[in-house]
Amino acid sequence: MKSVIAEDLVKTYRNGAVRALDHLSLDVEEGTVLSVLGPNGAGKTTCVRILATLLKPDSGRAMVGGIDVIKHPEKVREVIGLSGQYAAVDEILTGWDNLVMFGQLYHLGKKASIARAEELLERFSLTDSAKRPIKTYSGGMRRRLDLAASLIVKPKVLFLDEPTTGLDPRGRQEMWSVIEELVKGGVTLLLTTQYLEEADQLADEIAVIDHGKVIARGTSDALKKQVGGERLEIVVESQNIAKAMEVVASVSGNKASLDEGLRMISAPVSTGATALIETLRSLDAAGIHPLDVGLKRPSLDDVFLSLTGHAAEEKSEEVEVTGRRKKAKK
Amino acid sequence: MRAFKDTMIITQRQLRLLTRVPEVLIFSTIQPVMFVLLFRYVFGGSISTDQPGGYVQLLMPGIFVQTVAFTLAGTASGLAEDMKKGLIDRFRSLPISQLALIMGRTLGDSLLNIVVLAVMGIAGYLVGWRPTSGLLSVVIGFVFLLLFGYALSWVGIFVGLSASDARVVQNVSFIITFPLTFLSNAFAPTTGMPRALQYFAEWNPVSTMVAGCRDLFGLENQFGATAGSFPSENPLLTSFLYMIIIMAIFIPLSVRKYKRASD
Repeated sequence: MKSVIAEDLVKTYRNGAVRALDHLSLDVEEGTVLSVLGPNGAGKTTCVRILATLLKPDSGRAMVGGIDVIKHPEKVREVIGLSGQYAAVDEILTGWDNLVMFGQLYHLGKKASIARAEELLERFSLTDSAKRPIKTYSGGMRRRLDLAASLIVKPKVLFLDEPTTGLDPRGRQEMWSVIEELVKGGVTLLLTTQYLEEADQLADEIAVIDHGKVIARGTSDALKKQVGGERLEIVVESQNIAKAMEVVASVSGNKASLDEGLRMISAPVSTGATALIETLRSLDAAGIHPLDVGLKRPSLDDVFLSLTGHAAEEKSEEVEVTGRRKKAKK
Repeated sequence: MRAFKDTMIITQRQLRLLTRVPEVLIFSTIQPVMFVLLFRYVFGGSISTDQPGGYVQLLMPGIFVQTVAFTLAGTASGLAEDMKKGLIDRFRSLPISQLALIMGRTLGDSLLNIVVLAVMGIAGYLVGWRPTSGLLSVVIGFVFLLLFGYALSWVGIFVGLSASDARVVQNVSFIITFPLTFLSNAFAPTTGMPRALQYFAEWNPVSTMVAGCRDLFGLENQFGATAGSFPSENPLLTSFLYMIIIMAIFIPLSVRKYKRASD
């Protein structure tokens, strides 16, 4: 069964001048994790906001937990949890205050709210700081509390919009392990991210989006295969670069590219280890001794690059983000 | 019923500010207390009045009205802050009455005024304010002040939802409230103002509120401009009408704006 279905979603801002979603369709199988991967401005947040009933699409259809998002947003809100890019908790209140308040707003009643709050604080290792105002929390603690707030009623579907953006590596690790825990518990999760590593680590399936539509989807392995075989990478001394480029190009039959900073020459190869040996022989014959050499399976970065023509974390477009914020404030 | 409960939970959240951040109370009372002292001791001596008990009797109602007028700024910047932090999104994704958030905030901010006004009243008493009308009238006066604060906090909701940045919200709120409180009879007689400003001051809701409170606290309204004009003859009725007008305009506007904040 599909827990989330989005069909042909279109959303434009500024009277159509900015097209945030351009006939976007995706779905999430119950109990699985779909990662929506894309650069800033690709439409990730808009997509989540529509599915979480915060935004109405211009056209298209969306179902969450079997309920029509546009027709019955109030029913959808009963079954979802949302944790956004900004830790949306009250900074002035304590962690405990926040969770109890949200519990009451979920109609749990005071006693049950307190019990649930304490359970969640314990589970997310926040018990020690439960009675401190949120503004004294670290970024990672805030996100964990925010996530806890979205789990108060054990949602059927959980939306996490860039849960680790802006966190330091340690905070990110902590979030990942918390999310992995959840996933083991069988929650249906739609997670957006601009970090390929994150999608690779957490998701069963990845939908790559760019300019408001899904441009590829599949498991991490399938996507890597889609880009094709392996890549040959060699690092040489500066004076040998030109000659080495020629060798790599002739062996691989592809155009070799150069990272000047790293003095690394690379090219896609289809013959794997054979190409590697052949290259080394030719280089040896030319009297060049590589400093480093390797055969890499494609990373999700390569996937992204080959699908979109630009790197994933490049901040080429801020349109969607600023457009959305403007809207939110109006 | 559900909506009422949700609203109460949000109201509680506003009130919890008091216990969690006592500074808020301190800062929202320090400014008016400062005004009391400044006007009482700096200008009070040079503003001549034949009011028994002196200038401070006339000043305090003005200060009270000014204090509740600043509810507008408090509500507006609080809401803008919530929007910036994404807290509004969280509330909107909950299965609660969608209006609970803004209803709870206006109610909570207005209730905070009770505490602020109590502190102001004590400060006033310490510098010589003595209402002469009896307890009931004084209580009615304070209820009037609270209602005025409530009406203005809806303007605050609208300002908070309209502006794009918390600092802008601060500025806009001050641009609204400062001229209103000073182009009035709150601190000095309006008779010294140019003719056009006198008209403005006379019809200014702050003036009618101040005049109404002075009435309720047992004073002659000395600072009104033209004797015999409708607002100066009927300050309480006029104030009441103003509150109804403000709410009739700004509640629907704010609700619409809030509902549309998503589209």
